[in-house]
Amino acid sequence: MSAPVVRAEGLDLTFATGDGSVHALSDVSLDIGRGEFVSFIGPSGCGKTTFLRCVAGLETPTGGTLEVNGMSPDAARQARAYGYVFQAAGLYPWRTIAGNVALPLEIMGFAKADRRQRVEEALALVDLGGFAGKFPWQLSGGMQQRASIARALAFDADILLMDEPFGALDEIVRDRLNEELLALWARTGKTMLFVTHSIPEAVYLSTKIVVMSPRPGRISDVIESPLPAERPLDIRDSAEFIAVAHRVREGLRAGMEAL
Amino acid sequence: MSDAPLSAPSGGIGRSARVAAVARGMGHRAGPVVAVVAVLVAIWYAACLPMNVGNTLLQAERAGAVVTPEGPAARRQMGSVALMAANPSLLPGAWSLERPRLPAPHQVAVALWDGVAGQSVTSARSLVYHAWVTLSATLLGFAIGTGLGILLAVGIVHSRVMEMSVMPWAIVSQTVPIIAIAPMIIVVLYSVGVQGIVPKAVISAYLSFFPVVVGMVTGFRSPDAMQLDLLRTYAATRAQIFGKLRLPASLPYLFASLKIGVAASLVGAIVAELPTGAQAGLGARLLAGSYYGQNIQIWAALFAAALLAAGLVGLIGLVERGLLARMGMGQ
Ligand SMILES: Nc1ncnc2c1ncn2[C@@H]1O[C@H](COP(=O)(O)OP(=O)(O)OP(=O)(O)O)[C@@H](O)[C@H]1O
Ligand SMILES: [Mg+2]
Repeated sequence: MSAPVVRAEGLDLTFATGDGSVHALSDVSLDIGRGEFVSFIGPSGCGKTTFLRCVAGLETPTGGTLEVNGMSPDAARQARAYGYVFQAAGLYPWRTIAGNVALPLEIMGFAKADRRQRVEEALALVDLGGFAGKFPWQLSGGMQQRASIARALAFDADILLMDEPFGALDEIVRDRLNEELLALWARTGKTMLFVTHSIPEAVYLSTKIVVMSPRPGRISDVIESPLPAERPLDIRDSAEFIAVAHRVREGLRAGMEAL
Repeated sequence: MSDAPLSAPSGGIGRSARVAAVARGMGHRAGPVVAVVAVLVAIWYAACLPMNVGNTLLQAERAGAVVTPEGPAARRQMGSVALMAANPSLLPGAWSLERPRLPAPHQVAVALWDGVAGQSVTSARSLVYHAWVTLSATLLGFAIGTGLGILLAVGIVHSRVMEMSVMPWAIVSQTVPIIAIAPMIIVVLYSVGVQGIVPKAVISAYLSFFPVVVGMVTGFRSPDAMQLDLLRTYAATRAQIFGKLRLPASLPYLFASLKIGVAASLVGAIVAELPTGAQAGLGARLLAGSYYGQNIQIWAALFAAALLAAGLVGLIGLVERGLLARMGMGQ
């Protein structure tokens, strides 16, 4: 196997706040290989977002080592190694959908013709081809979130960091977006780091599931998924799927009982 | 997210539907506005009676009418209400005095109309002429104040040092009464050979930069942490963060500041015309009116100033709506 895309070793992060400190990450060690789809699941406050932000270089760990593409997270950020999808779409209301997707391209200095082509491709990837000229308020919440994924895809970084991107959407829209996300992953071969609260979502999407537990935030289980690469939605009724889901649930419960 | 302009727009209702709703709302709103104006005008007419009763009776007596009690000395001992009660038939005269203490609304309206439409615009009796003199100083001061305000806001948002050093002075500057500082500014500028429109514009700018600073600092800071983090993930430079995010996000705040600022500019220009006994301008009209006891002239100038302010604010509102709609942020 080639060198890992993300390598965390004994990662530690303590937030110093006004009323004492919060131990958000404790001794987190994890390797993520190229092209993996890794989900992070765990109760609220167990440090999933914090870990993702560390990988993105938005947060500085207080201990341990963390490498992204063999570089420090900050260097990887400067090298624009990843796209980040936040829980809220956060589209600019004064830009059209195409304008929003073009935002990172403008900042990174892509030529105009190149920009136009990439915006078109990214929007096609998330199935928003006909909506380039619309403003965000003319789109549903699910479409806005897809546009924000297109924005993260536009500059073609090989890592995609997603923090509960579908958390605010209803089950049906979510199912569809999950299916589309898997297809997109299969097509692009990107490395995915995906935070979620939903066990079925984590099991359905991932090649690797990282179960975390709180206070202090740490990894309680890492599950390599035995599911095949080809995953229709009804795979969720298969015995294999249910077994993995069961193991995730056990991991979550063990993490809570240890408190 | 807060009510910042970046919060996800509420889906569902389309823009055209919203426009239609606004248009309907204006129809509903006209009724109450007319009613309020009617009540105010009625109160005004009523207030003219006690304010002007002494003068009214004096004029009537001179014209040969029977006034109770006779003689101004006797009447001076009585209150306005008692005088009104004693001479009910003479009261309407209070609305047509040549030099009333409180002119009636129609007198002001006539003076205003005469000043605007009845005079050549180059005449010293033309309100258009005086309004233009004040307006030119207002606009120059407003431009300076807005420019300065935006520059200061940019500095404050980007530099902690500037925030700590500039903001307190900006606040202190607004606690100094403009009436006290305006003559000093004018005298100081005069002593270095600066006169005419510039001193007035300086005072205008002095009043208008503050709302712009406060509004623009708020506007530049309106993007939330997530928006800023997103740009950090692109390794955006400070200039890019400013140009792509802070500046467009601040536009709604800019227009709110401009509306307050332009009204403050006008007040500044008028105040600046008072201490020099300026020959021209709405402030000069106010001053001359009070020298010569021409209350109708004062009121006409006041209304001219109010209309001018309303016009300026309305104009900014129009630009705001046009621009925000073009940017897809029209509500
Ligand atoms: N900037 C910060 N300053 C102080 N404490 C923080 C900060 N960010 C996160 N924390 C704390 O760190 C812990 C982990 O937070 P984090 O946001 O990573 O949790 P999470 O697993 O993403 O939770 P959720 O599922 O609710 O999003 C929490 O206790 C949180 O209060
Ligand atoms: Mg989180």
